[in-house]
Amino acid sequence: MIQNLVDGVLVGSILSLGAIGLTMAMHMLRFANFSHAELLSIGAYSALVFDGLFSALYPPLANAIGPLSLTWALSLATILAMAITGASAVVIDRLVFARVRAKGGELSMVFASFGVAMIIRNVLGLIFGLQSQLYSKDIVFAIVISRDPFLLIKPDQVFSLIAALIIMAILHGVLSRTTFGYALRAVAENPSLAQVSGINLKRMITLIWIIGGGLAAAAGVFYGLSNQINPVLGRDLVLPIFAATIVGGIGSIYGAVLGGFLVGIASNLALVILPSGYSPSVPFLIILIVLMIRPTGLFGEERA
Amino acid sequence: MTEALTAKNIVAGYVPDLPILRDVSLSAETAKVTVIIGPNGAGKSTLIKAIAGLVPVASGTVLLNGADITNPAPDRMGDHGVAYVPQSDNIFRSLTIRQNLDLVLRKAGADGPARLEALYRQFPPLAQKQRDKAGSLSGGQRQFLAVAMALAIKPRVILMDEPSAGLSPKAAQEVLEHARALTEAGVTILLVEQNVKQALRLADHCYILADGRNQIDGPAADLLNDPVVGQIYLGGKRMAPA
Repeated sequence: MIQNLVDGVLVGSILSLGAIGLTMAMHMLRFANFSHAELLSIGAYSALVFDGLFSALYPPLANAIGPLSLTWALSLATILAMAITGASAVVIDRLVFARVRAKGGELSMVFASFGVAMIIRNVLGLIFGLQSQLYSKDIVFAIVISRDPFLLIKPDQVFSLIAALIIMAILHGVLSRTTFGYALRAVAENPSLAQVSGINLKRMITLIWIIGGGLAAAAGVFYGLSNQINPVLGRDLVLPIFAATIVGGIGSIYGAVLGGFLVGIASNLALVILPSGYSPSVPFLIILIVLMIRPTGLFGEERA
Repeated sequence: MTEALTAKNIVAGYVPDLPILRDVSLSAETAKVTVIIGPNGAGKSTLIKAIAGLVPVASGTVLLNGADITNPAPDRMGDHGVAYVPQSDNIFRSLTIRQNLDLVLRKAGADGPARLEALYRQFPPLAQKQRDKAGSLSGGQRQFLAVAMALAIKPRVILMDEPSAGLSPKAAQEVLEHARALTEAGVTILLVEQNVKQALRLADHCYILADGRNQIDGPAADLLNDPVVGQIYLGGKRMAPA
């Protein structure tokens, strides 16, 4: 039980990072972007490529950091992957979503996002193959935190959680203490009023894609650290990330963080009573329950 | 008599080829209150939004102190010295009062803190509640915050869309009187109002729209006692174009 709770928190931090970008783009651009989870794949694979490149160029970078399987090369690659994924999100918006937005309605955008997801997934499969890949083939043993109750944690998981929390803390600082953060929240709440308050909406959309893409890339790498990377990573995570967004309330960045942890914990706690094969159904159930009881989510409000 | 804002022969609407405004013209005199009234669906709010750049103008021109600003980017209106206060949802509820003001003051640079202090002096309740979420304010206080946000950019012209909507009569009176007081500082006010009598009492000049066209215009005091104005509202009777 405690093990499931801790695992849930660890998974939750990854879902939260994914959900922050999704909730911002979804609220501002008014469409359910089913391709958002593919940004995690783009991030995970970009980091894999640069990890290999940095390790080959300067072999000492391939050394693991302390007890982690994470290497210096992968750390640097992650930062680069965040930038590349942010840029990819902007390119995808310019090439596909902006054009559909100009001519079609919200439903067209949703279908377009399905198309984008399929394209990204298959292009990644084409380039990297369908087999699973690992950042590190070294075996990293989990550390026994306690024997009663029995609790095992991998150092990489702890790192991912701390890194995710730091990223969220930085984001919180930006959102709550800078005028740029106020502008981001203003745009998420009421784009039209934000515009007449002197905020350039087009520039903000670009920045939201960059931030959302960057956070998704970090989530993708953290996921890859404790799991395997494969081209269907996005498909596996799209539903939990959507559940986190809906639980938190679409448009609420803090809601997305809380929603990520709630969905992660609920999915893992469900393993106590359900066979593991049923675990993927839990986010579905959470979405249904939240939509029935509080359609706007925990922190969501009727949109202006 | 100088005209701060002039709209000439405006044709505009939300959907191409389906104009809501079909040839509307008006002028707002500097440091005066000009009010636009008319029945529901007359195009009053659309006109003010078209001036603010939120509804595309298909034909016609908007002049600000003689300079053509037709179809401005809404986020650049502040640079022209024009502020727009929407009818509803005119504050960011999830931000605190201070954050709402900081957001609009971000381009003020070194002048920002002084302007913030001035706004707090002008609206003391906002200073007292500066750390509260704007969503927690009462209707009247929200309107004052919205007006304070408009004033933050030191505008020469303020466009206000039904500032008294949804307010108690007392709060509505306060908001409208405050709008009137702004003209003493040289600000030009262009106001859309449903609250006809109150609006006419405080305005200098009035335009009546119906069906997306100009109907009557003239000094507000004259129209206040004009039986025809009452007829339009009470009976919804359409006037022949002026």
